[in-house]
Amino acid sequence: MAENGTNGPSGTNGGYVGTRTIRPDGLDKVTGRARFGADYNLPGQLIGRVLRSPHPHARIVRIDTSKAEALPGVKAVITRDDFADQSSEFIPAGEMLMNYKDVVRNVMAREKALYEGHAVAAVAATSAAIARRALKLIDVTYEVLPHVIDVVEAMRPDAPLLHDDLFTAGVEPKPEKPSNIAKRIEIVLGDIEAGFKKADVIVEREFKTAAVHQGYIEPHAALASVSEDGSTELWCCTQGHFIVRAHCARLLGLDIAKIRVTASEIGGGFGGKTVVYLEPLAIALSRKAKRPVKMVMSREEVFKSSGPTSGATVKVKMGATKDGKFVAGFAELKYQAGAFQGSPVQPGVMCAYAPYDMENVKVIGYDVVSNRPKVAAYRAPGAPISEYAVESVVDEIAKKLGLDPIELRMMNAAREGTKAAYGPKFGPIGLEETLNSIKKTEHWNTPLRKWQGRGVASGFWFNIGGETCASLTINEDGTVSLMVGTPDIGGLRAALTNIAADELGIPYEKVRPIIGDTGSLGFTFLTGGSRSAFSGSMAIVEAAKQIKAELCARACKLWEAKPDQVEFSNGAVRPLGELAEKIKPMTIADFAKVAGKTGGPIGGYGRINAQGAGPSLGTHLVDLEVDPETGRVTILRYTVAQDAGKALHPAYVEGQFQGGAVQGIGWALNEEYIYGADGKLQNAGFLDYRMPVASDVPMIDAIVVEVANPKHPYGVRGVGETPIVPPLGAIANAMEAATGIRFTELPMSPPKVLKALKERSAGGMGAISRPPL
Amino acid sequence: MAKHHIEATVNGDDVEFLCETEETLLDVLRDTLHLTGSKEGCASGDCGACSVMLDGRLVCSCLVLGCEVSGRRVETIEGMAKGESLHPLQQQFLEHAALQCGICTPGFIVAGKALLERNPNPTETEIRYWLAGNLCRCTGYDKIVSAVKDAAVAMRKG
Ligand code: FES
Ligand code: FES
Repeated sequence: MAENGTNGPSGTNGGYVGTRTIRPDGLDKVTGRARFGADYNLPGQLIGRVLRSPHPHARIVRIDTSKAEALPGVKAVITRDDFADQSSEFIPAGEMLMNYKDVVRNVMAREKALYEGHAVAAVAATSAAIARRALKLIDVTYEVLPHVIDVVEAMRPDAPLLHDDLFTAGVEPKPEKPSNIAKRIEIVLGDIEAGFKKADVIVEREFKTAAVHQGYIEPHAALASVSEDGSTELWCCTQGHFIVRAHCARLLGLDIAKIRVTASEIGGGFGGKTVVYLEPLAIALSRKAKRPVKMVMSREEVFKSSGPTSGATVKVKMGATKDGKFVAGFAELKYQAGAFQGSPVQPGVMCAYAPYDMENVKVIGYDVVSNRPKVAAYRAPGAPISEYAVESVVDEIAKKLGLDPIELRMMNAAREGTKAAYGPKFGPIGLEETLNSIKKTEHWNTPLRKWQGRGVASGFWFNIGGETCASLTINEDGTVSLMVGTPDIGGLRAALTNIAADELGIPYEKVRPIIGDTGSLGFTFLTGGSRSAFSGSMAIVEAAKQIKAELCARACKLWEAKPDQVEFSNGAVRPLGELAEKIKPMTIADFAKVAGKTGGPIGGYGRINAQGAGPSLGTHLVDLEVDPETGRVTILRYTVAQDAGKALHPAYVEGQFQGGAVQGIGWALNEEYIYGADGKLQNAGFLDYRMPVASDVPMIDAIVVEVANPKHPYGVRGVGETPIVPPLGAIANAMEAATGIRFTELPMSPPKVLKALKERSAGGMGAISRPPL
Repeated sequence: MAKHHIEATVNGDDVEFLCETEETLLDVLRDTLHLTGSKEGCASGDCGACSVMLDGRLVCSCLVLGCEVSGRRVETIEGMAKGESLHPLQQQFLEHAALQCGICTPGFIVAGKALLERNPNPTETEIRYWLAGNLCRCTGYDKIVSAVKDAAVAMRKG
């Protein structure tokens, strides 16, 4: 269902772009042949295991590893002493910032253990059983400290302090005392006080969301082999092996050139595999043991020790005139960062009101540490939380004014030329188109029954570009090797092969894509930020341009022609004008055959810093039914409409929409990190951390809207992140429609729903509820 | 303690291996027999990534001990394609783009095969409940369900 289709400007004769080709790596993945993180092994390898803190907050007084080291079969033990301390310096990590001073402490606790599951030591042994036994022999003396889990409690002046050198940044004057508030940020557009004065209706609400995990099915895994001279090979499942290389070089004091990282196939990441956990430990153990070391996390470790995303508390106050124009928006966001600063509150602040054209906006954000695992990026990091709160309030305004929620959004939608509160003026964007497509669906127009409700919400994500390399090599037989440095998490190879085949005018099957290791290409930023198809395709267009120019130059020599007498089209260099009568075109395969005689190997190498990533906006529509007896919510029907700019491979674009929607359903209805009073995580497994299964969800209708991104040669926008933004709001709005209760806390799990229904029948909840329809 | 000596058939081949008492069938398949197509997502029976057939019954191989398969018949993802030709489920997963990262795919295909063997014409609801023991975090299940439906059609046509 593509709308406003665009065509690539050059070499699109093959016409693969926009079609549902079979992914080149698919065969290996349906036969079990594909090698993921835990599938790599080396002769002589040892098994590494991590000892983790049982306490949420404790000073590490002493670590005695002598008994573990003495156990036969143990070849290396590492602790904080095996990592040099790092100075404080913030560097970009995906869409977030990180600090090596914190990273070195997160991969291995130093002064203190800051959350349950924090790594304290690691061993490498000849078998997993011996490694496990060795962990029990490590004697750690802890001085247990009071802990704090909740974000609001962590902000109190008397809260247990995680870092005594953490002073809130972004406030004047600089605070005299350290606190758990790492940072305060603020964006302001116009004057909200003046805006609220113009409002006929003002809605103010406070929301709470729980920490949720990315939930990739493949646990983290790494296999490292370090030789005597420090040359290091590493295989791991990561969203960015160049980033892993950079982090490991820094943490272990190695030259970047000495480390070669190969990204395995990756079993999901969603942002959670943009940071390092096991990788530096495996290298440190291998360096000590002089043997390869393999490490794989258990599911419990994934939950307790790898990054979820923030839970948060969000206040929103919005004002509108009686005909529906939004005149002012205020929000205050408090995001959990986990044990170290760096929550996604910055993008949360920037995205909160981004879907709307508003003159007066003020958003304040706090980045708050507490005794939880350090958060990592999760699909549109930070945005689902703030946009959920705003979309809920937008829905209430629509109800108060008696306006259709799609019309209200349409009236206020950001469009080309709108100045976003976070700074830029938007180019062409597709929010209105997604609202229109939703409005036209049969879904929007079907009637519902009692206890059923329909909700709608929109969502925004920026998207990024960044440093990217791609190479195209013409082989001796005219086939093409395509190499990029971004791991393929969801059909990237298929999308990029479509582009390469079209650019070169050759059959799809003649292009073989591979993900190159860090020794094979220049620095390439990770797969994340919805950047890999966007920037990879730009680098391929550049590489193809070089090949076409080279072939034309060779043809000129062979044919003794001038540059304007030849042209590359449809897979061949073609003579033009009168030359065309004498000379036959030469295909890529023809050139390949005589490459040795005409100037040597033929290839192109795109090295770009991709700019101009266009934001992607989407609108979701959901029907659900509430069971008043159990509080269970069933999703009945779901439709996603999102702007892809141009879908290189529509099936994998739809896949992003559908997968993001279902992750959002989990976030809205069931998923949450549950802590006991002891500061320990109580649901560190898939049984109790309840992600959606097939029987929980319906088919997810996907409408691919295409409003071309003028900054990309084919019009592409990133699509991966936006789909997780609207579901939380859409479902909360549908819950209100079904029950008359405005739920302000996620997840809306059965116990909470039941409690709210009971409170209402007991006459509680006041203005926030109305009787069910 | 001494290891156990076990004889079994895996994908039609006779195999023998040594395993410790606490080793699971999944450990044996992956680490001893080097059949890494079955994946470990949880080791607790909650994700289905390790799905295999044991004497024609669908099981989570992380919940079966290596010792328990003595004299029994194990079928894994590696045994599903016959020569050049893919199983219809494998083919439909490819054509429907029913995999994104692909880590869950072997488990879904093995579980899907078990479903179609006992119910050649399942409804969408039947497919969804049968596959409820397999987690996929990438696809939202939509294309997986369609792939299983179409594989059923292809298999009924023979
Ligand atoms: S690994 Fe066996 S069910 Fe998850
Ligand atoms: S395709 Fe990634 S978990 Fe299913």
